[in-house]
Amino acid sequence: MSERILDHPVLGSLENTEEVSFTFNGQSFKGRKHESIAAALLANGVRTLRYHEENGTPRGIYCNIGHCFECRVKVNGKQGVRACLTPLEDGTVVESGNKLPTPVRDWSAEHA
Amino acid sequence: MHDVIIIGAGPAGLSAGITCANKGLKVLIIDEYMKPGGRLLGQLYEEPNGNWWNGIKESANLYHQALAADVKFMLETPVHNLEKIESEWTVYTEQEILKTEHLLLATGAAESPIPVPGWTLPGVMSVGAAQVMTNVHRVKPGKKGIIIGVNVLSSAIAMELQLADVEVAALTLPKLNQLTSLAAQPKAVMDSLLHVSHMAPSAFIRFGSKLMKNDFMKNLGVTFYPKNGVKMWDIPIHLRKAVIEIYGEDQVEGVTLATIDTNGKVIQGTEEQITCDFVCIAGGLYPLAELAAVAGCPFYQVDELGGYVPLHNEQMETTLDGLYVAGNITGIEGAKVAMAQGVTAGLSIAVNSGMSGLDNELQTSIQSIKQARANAHIQFHPEVEEGKRIVQEHWEEFEASVANISV
Ligand SMILES: Cc1cc2nc3c(=O)[nH]c(=O)nc-3n(C[C@H](O)[C@H](O)[C@H](O)COP(=O)(O)OP(=O)(O)OC[C@H]3O[C@@H](n4cnc5c(N)ncnc54)[C@H](O)[C@@H]3O)c2cc1C
Ligand code: FES
Repeated sequence: MSERILDHPVLGSLENTEEVSFTFNGQSFKGRKHESIAAALLANGVRTLRYHEENGTPRGIYCNIGHCFECRVKVNGKQGVRACLTPLEDGTVVESGNKLPTPVRDWSAEHA
Repeated sequence: MHDVIIIGAGPAGLSAGITCANKGLKVLIIDEYMKPGGRLLGQLYEEPNGNWWNGIKESANLYHQALAADVKFMLETPVHNLEKIESEWTVYTEQEILKTEHLLLATGAAESPIPVPGWTLPGVMSVGAAQVMTNVHRVKPGKKGIIIGVNVLSSAIAMELQLADVEVAALTLPKLNQLTSLAAQPKAVMDSLLHVSHMAPSAFIRFGSKLMKNDFMKNLGVTFYPKNGVKMWDIPIHLRKAVIEIYGEDQVEGVTLATIDTNGKVIQGTEEQITCDFVCIAGGLYPLAELAAVAGCPFYQVDELGGYVPLHNEQMETTLDGLYVAGNITGIEGAKVAMAQGVTAGLSIAVNSGMSGLDNELQTSIQSIKQARANAHIQFHPEVEEGKRIVQEHWEEFEASVANISV
C-alpha cells in the first residue's frame, strides 16, 4: 500500500486540490485532479498497470517520466498511453493491457 | 510562425526561452510532461550555506518569468521527429507539425537501467521515478525500499525519501555481470563516491576522501569497508554487498543480498533476505540525444559527460544551421549549469536572428556557465571539465575541416 505525503518538512503541506473519480479495470477509485494516472493508482495501492503482451508478467511504472514505456495503459479507449505522463480528469477510464495470444511461440515446440 | 522552438521545458529550455523572448523573439516551448520544469521539479537538497534548493519553487519561478515574457507552451506534447526542409526545421508532434528557423534541443537526460533478476516486478523503479513520486506527486513509492546502485543521484534521493518519511533500508551495489561492470565494483564505486563526500555527514566517508587520494589507500578502504556498511543520514551504504535477486509473487516482496569481494564477486553462502515493498535502481544518467541524432548531428562519446553528446561549441550551436543544444543533452550536470547554458543558447539564437550588440552579453554568459560548473554542489562526473575540453577540441577540428573545404 502506498500513501500520500500530506506534510513535508521542506515542501510544506499538500495544497488542497479537487478530488476526482476514475476507474481502473472497472473498479472505482479517487484521485487528485491533474495528478498523473500512475501517481493516482499508486496512491491507491495499485502497482500493477498491465500484463506483458507476450509472457503475461505483471508490470508497473519504471522511470515515471515517459522514457521506458512500461506504464502504458488504455485511457478512455485510446491504447498505449503512458500513465506517468497523463493527467487524471474526472471520469477517466483506465484499463490495463493483457497477455496476447502468441501462436508462433506455442507452435515452435512442435517443430523442435 | 515562431522565431524559436524549444524542445524541453526543463531549466535549460525555460532559461533559453526567457532569454529569447526578452530579446523580442517569438518563442514556443514544447514538452511531453504535464508540468514545466523538467527534472528540476523533483530536486530537493540542502546547499552548503544551509538554504534548501526547492526544485518545484525554482521551476515555478522560471515558468512565470517565461509566461511574463510571452513565451508560449505546448505541454503533454511529445516530439518524435525533426527534419530540415530548406532553411526551416520541421518539428513533428502527435498533434501538429510545426516549423521554425531556430530550434533548440533541451531534452535533458535519461536514466540508465541496471538489469537485476526480478527487476520487471511492479514495485521496482528507477531512482528518479521514486524522486518524482515523492517530491512532485507527493505519493510514497512504498513503505520501505532498497536502492541498488551507489552514486551521487542515489545518495541524494535516499536522503529525499527519508525526508518524506519513507524508509530506505540500504543502498547497495548490483551483482557484477557484463552489464553492470563499473557500478558493481566496490573500487570503482568508492572512487566515484569520494567526490560526493562533502555531502556526507559520516565521519568515515569525509575522513576517507582526504585519506584515500591514492590507489593503495582506496584498495585498503574497500578491503576494510565495514561489513555492515557505513551510514549516511543513518542509511547503511554497502560497498561489500550486492543485490543478487529481487523477489516477489506479483510485486516486490524483498531482495536477496550477498557479500561480495573487493572485485565484486559474490561470496557463496553469504546470502540474506531483506523484505521491502519497493526497489530503486540507480544506474546513472546519460544525455537524451535521440532528437539530435535524428536531425543528423555528429556525435562523440565522452564518458566524462555521461555518454554520447552532439558536437557543439561554447555558444551552444551545433554543426547544423539553426540547431542549438543546451542542458543535459550536452553532458550530465546539475540544474544551475543547465540554466546558464540555456541563457547562452538564447543569446546565440538572438545574435543569429540578426540582433547586434550582444557580443559582451554572450561572452559573459559563457563565463557564467563555467562559474556555475565550478561552484556546483552536486557533480555527476568529476572530470566534466575534461569532457568539455574534449568536445571543444572536436569542434575546432570540425571548424578547421570546414575551413579547408571552403578554401
Ligand atoms: C530522473 C532524473 C533525476 C535527476 N535528479 C537530479 C537531482 O536530484 N539533482 C540534480 O542536480 N540533477 C538531477 N538530474 C539532472 C538534471 O537533468 C539536471 O539537473 C537538469 O534538470 C537538466 O536540465 P535540462 O533542462 O537539461 O533537462 P531536463 O530537466 O531533463 O528537462 C528536459 C525536458 O525535455 C522534455 N523532453 C525530452 N524529450 C522530449 C521529446 N521528445 N518531446 C517533448 N519533450 C521532451 C522532458 O519531458 C523534460 O521536461 C536528474 C536527471 C534525471 C533524468
Ligand atoms: S514509467 Fe516509464 S514511461 Fe511511464
